[in-house]
Amino acid sequence: MSRHWIGDTLASDGLEAEFNGLSVPLEHSFELDDVAKFQLRGSLMLKTGREPSVSLNQNQLSEEDRTKLKEVAAVDGLYRIRVPRVFLQADKQTEWQTEGHLTAFVRACAMVESHLSDVITLHTDVSGYLIGVSIVTLPGACRGIEVEDEVDLEVFNTTLSIMAPVNAPGPETALFIQRMEQEFEKKGKNPQEQKSFFAKYWMYIVPLVLFLMMSGAQDQSGGGGGGGGNGGGR
Amino acid sequence: MAAICLKVKEKTEVTTTYFLFLRKRSQTAAAMAKLILLLLKCILFCGTVYAVFEDQVGKFDWRQQYVGKVRFCHFDGHMQSSKKVLLATESNVFAALNTRTGEVLWRHVDKTGPEGNIDAFLQNGQDSVLVVGNGRVLRSWETNIGGLNWEVVLDSGSFQSTCLVGQQGTVKNVAVLKKTAISLHYLSNGHQKWIENLPDSDTVDYQTVYSGGNGEVYVLGVVPHSHIAVVAFSVDDGEILKQSSVEAPWLSSIPESCQIVDQEMLICVDSTTMSLYTLDLTLQLQMNQIPLQSLELEVDPDFRPSLVSHQPNPAKQPLSEFFLQLGPDRYVLLQFNSGQIVMLRDFKPALLVSFATTGEKTVAAVMSPKNKTVSIVFNVLYYVAPATQASTINLYNAETGRRLLDTTLIFTMDPNGGKPERLNIQAFLKKDDSVGYRVMVQTKDHALTFIQQPGRVLWTREEALSDVLTMEMVDLPLTGTQAELEGEFGKKTDGLMSMVFKRLSSQLILLQAWIAHLWKLFYDARKPRSQVKSDISMENLSRDEFNLQKMMVMVTASGKLFGIDSKTGGILWKHYLENIPSNAGFKLMVQRTTAHFPHPPQCTLLIKDKDTGLASLHVFNPIFGKMSHVTPPALPQPILQSLMLPFMDQDYAKVLLLIDDQYKVSAFPSTKYVLQQLQEMAPTIFFFLVDSSQGRLSGYRLRTDLSTEQIWEVILPTEIQKIVSVKGKRPNEHVHSQGRVMGDRSVLYKYLNPNLLAVVTESTDLHQERSFVGIMLIDGVTGRIIHEAVQRKARGPVHVVHSENWVVYEYWSTKSRRNEFSVIELYEGMELYNSTAFSSLDRPLVPQVLQQSYIFPSSISTMEATLTEKGITSRHLLRIVSLPKMFLDPRRPEMASEQSREENLIPYAPELMIRTEWFINYNQTISRVRGIYTAPSGLESTCLVVAYGLDIYHTRVYPSKQFDVLKDDYDYMLISSVLLALFFATMISKRLAEVKLLNRAWR
Repeated sequence: MSRHWIGDTLASDGLEAEFNGLSVPLEHSFELDDVAKFQLRGSLMLKTGREPSVSLNQNQLSEEDRTKLKEVAAVDGLYRIRVPRVFLQADKQTEWQTEGHLTAFVRACAMVESHLSDVITLHTDVSGYLIGVSIVTLPGACRGIEVEDEVDLEVFNTTLSIMAPVNAPGPETALFIQRMEQEFEKKGKNPQEQKSFFAKYWMYIVPLVLFLMMSGAQDQSGGGGGGGGNGGGR
Repeated sequence: MAAICLKVKEKTEVTTTYFLFLRKRSQTAAAMAKLILLLLKCILFCGTVYAVFEDQVGKFDWRQQYVGKVRFCHFDGHMQSSKKVLLATESNVFAALNTRTGEVLWRHVDKTGPEGNIDAFLQNGQDSVLVVGNGRVLRSWETNIGGLNWEVVLDSGSFQSTCLVGQQGTVKNVAVLKKTAISLHYLSNGHQKWIENLPDSDTVDYQTVYSGGNGEVYVLGVVPHSHIAVVAFSVDDGEILKQSSVEAPWLSSIPESCQIVDQEMLICVDSTTMSLYTLDLTLQLQMNQIPLQSLELEVDPDFRPSLVSHQPNPAKQPLSEFFLQLGPDRYVLLQFNSGQIVMLRDFKPALLVSFATTGEKTVAAVMSPKNKTVSIVFNVLYYVAPATQASTINLYNAETGRRLLDTTLIFTMDPNGGKPERLNIQAFLKKDDSVGYRVMVQTKDHALTFIQQPGRVLWTREEALSDVLTMEMVDLPLTGTQAELEGEFGKKTDGLMSMVFKRLSSQLILLQAWIAHLWKLFYDARKPRSQVKSDISMENLSRDEFNLQKMMVMVTASGKLFGIDSKTGGILWKHYLENIPSNAGFKLMVQRTTAHFPHPPQCTLLIKDKDTGLASLHVFNPIFGKMSHVTPPALPQPILQSLMLPFMDQDYAKVLLLIDDQYKVSAFPSTKYVLQQLQEMAPTIFFFLVDSSQGRLSGYRLRTDLSTEQIWEVILPTEIQKIVSVKGKRPNEHVHSQGRVMGDRSVLYKYLNPNLLAVVTESTDLHQERSFVGIMLIDGVTGRIIHEAVQRKARGPVHVVHSENWVVYEYWSTKSRRNEFSVIELYEGMELYNSTAFSSLDRPLVPQVLQQSYIFPSSISTMEATLTEKGITSRHLLRIVSLPKMFLDPRRPEMASEQSREENLIPYAPELMIRTEWFINYNQTISRVRGIYTAPSGLESTCLVVAYGLDIYHTRVYPSKQFDVLKDDYDYMLISSVLLALFFATMISKRLAEVKLLNRAWR
């Protein structure tokens, strides 16, 4: 599993000159009529290769956008993001881009109430194609709290990560065999405990059985024919 | 483990009381010895509580065996007294049925698909010869017990035709015609007598082989729209005796338009020239044209005429009489007489014709519709049944066309069945040397009806049930009295007096019902046991105490719907939907259950043509099978997706949403109330679409104007992997515990997301080192990928079960060459995020994912989870295994520690052994299981399981044993007698004590 946390990548370290990889636009859309109109939110810096990593360079929300976002939140609209489908393993710029976008959404009110703190995860498949993007806010709930301070809605506080599929475990035979051997050795050491139930308690069982048989035999000889008939009944 | 131990202990205690009690009664040694044995036995038996006892066989379970749609049928005619009919079916089954009862005597199920396809079936005496798998194998079966005589693998080449070859009155060989060669085999051992290549096989399309028993085998081929090629081979050594070609520019296919009659006379019919053509195969000069007009016959417009001939004995020449079909309901019986064609009789109207031979006599059977007797049956339920239609079958002398006396048989068509498709006549000679017969009618709905004169139906087999596509189980309705009581609480309050009155009246009704029940019991007690055997009929259909009896609604590929009683397996209703496209997909949904008296329950069947996507709805009552008076909407657009919403309209019917290819949504039922509700709920209705050809998963949200908008999209590149299945959770499952108690008494909460989808992918690269199986867990509302895992070096077919907080999937490991199980469980952790309600939109934290894999020693065809959640039921090729979920638990530890022991975790073992008591169908083999359906019952411990495929099997399973039911061999007598005895003992001892006290006082 490769999970690289690059939190709080704001404008602070905007020097990405030595960055070796792709720059991909991250776009967002929040409209009152819910018809998607995507605008640039920032750019994702994807480092390609065996262990891909990602960082984000994003703009602040303008005054106009802030008011619009609050309006959209008031009518329970959606805040959508999208990234283009890219291939992270390719070397050349021409190869990585394929058609189409991957989209995800979160409720606009959650975006507002969390003061723009969102968690964006990019998912790749085995070979490094970007297959999905997800966004959640922290906290995720919409409680209808008014956000008074406009400053809170200025800067994104984004936690970004990229995730490749994990390898599912196969049946673990080796460990099991090891354990079995250990147990076997343990058993070999003290054969005392390996006795069966009968071996342990034979001294109680045998007299009991003998007693029962004896008493039965006496009874039969004493009871005679009548007793036998009775016995057959049950 | 602990539970079992406890049980053993209880049992021993009970037995000890038993033992003491009996000791008082009779203190004989024999009894003592027996008791000790009994005691030991009891302890031994306690270990095997899972399994079925011998006397429980067939008590809770039943099995029905089917053969499939009949393709070839022969009556076993070598003995007059034979009771067998041999069938070769389109499901690749070869079987023998008992003609008296319709039961399967024996059955051979071959491979599915073209490999096991039965191409031809020839019957000679006691032997049945079959050509299987496009001429791959030639087999001979012994028909008495169904044993295999011999089997030979034939040379490659696509199969064309086969026939039996006789000489001097006895049949000794079988000829098989392939595209380029003809071979002759001995009937006795299958050995090849000779094989010859066909001349000019690259230009001539050889289609038919024929032998008339005179030492020659004729092979007929055609060069379409040019000429017929005739080649005659010698039976003895395969030498070509004659070879010629005759002009026939009008002919394209010999089997479709030609037959052989009389002495080597080929007769063909052509619709464009409206003529019959005859060709003498021995002379092979030219085709002799006989215009139909000269016989004063005319073909119906747009009808392709065809011929029916008959060869009673393969070692002798065929009859000189034959049928010519001129229209959908018109046949004429013609005779070929020394170069002339004579008309014997004109049958109009006639639906079906057939020849049959017994001894030396050959008869022709003709089915014709009776003067339409329209009887309209008014049903209790606002419904008019379609008019029942009757047909008559008559026998005619094949040589003269004269009708035989007293041979009329009336066949009443099932109004809920299909039209008759084929007649199979079993003729026999009566004592007075006249011909008697029975007939097996095949109808379009794959049903077989066996009828005796004068119209008595001996048995009916619904072979459509061999191809069940989907099913649902519906609770039976309450009885009238129960419903009355329920209704009392459902209605609005009217006031005190009327309420009291109502209560009294319903109590009175209950009393009345109880007395009636008692009377019935008393009345039945006088009858012999066998007659009382309750026959379930429509009238007394009602729910039983524990809701163990349900109505199984089954949808079959032929378009016939069935309602089956789950207790007995009896068919209670059937309904045939005509005009179902052959590649239709079905989706059955229960819109209204039986819980909403007096509204009848309602099921909706979505029938979708897989090619065009066009769909239609069939709405019906699942208890009676009647079409509902609700008219379903017409669906002019192809349908992409359908979903049931959890809210209901004012008549308690769940709302069905249909999304068409324009992403427009229509609702059914679409009343004003529903539309209003939909508008209110629109922003909370999400759905997803899967396009596996493009690897696209997309989520949509409903808008208030019932259009939709796309809100998320996940795209898996199709060049790497393809989506093979997407599994959601069942909407009706109940989760009993929110979490698991750990060894240290803390709680691990489950991640219970009802919108979670398990998406399984398989790699396109099938190389065993690079192939993989991918599993993704996606939230269906937000499109968020919760978990993504890859099982490397694995291959499909993958079977997935998704329930509660876990996903179990099974795959083939290419590295180790074995089947493996993997289980994923999701936990929220030690704290719940929002314990009151679950919302996909507000669940920011990623759940913990645990996964473990196991080796499974058998392959699996289908898997399903039981609905009482304790076990998962899996199946392998022939038997059904019920596998406790306890063994599939990713928290099984490597080493058993004190804590894990407290949690009842079984230490990890990589291999899952199949224990014999996990087989829920003991020794009842079930062929080709296609699906397993599970349904909960009224008892928490019990889950109903139906496995369907070629056979149907129903049973009950107890994933956690029968903790809420007394065993059915529970000894009520013993317990009550012990109690009574103790009671009397106390009374007597009390009395004795009193006497003793009194005596002491006197002293």
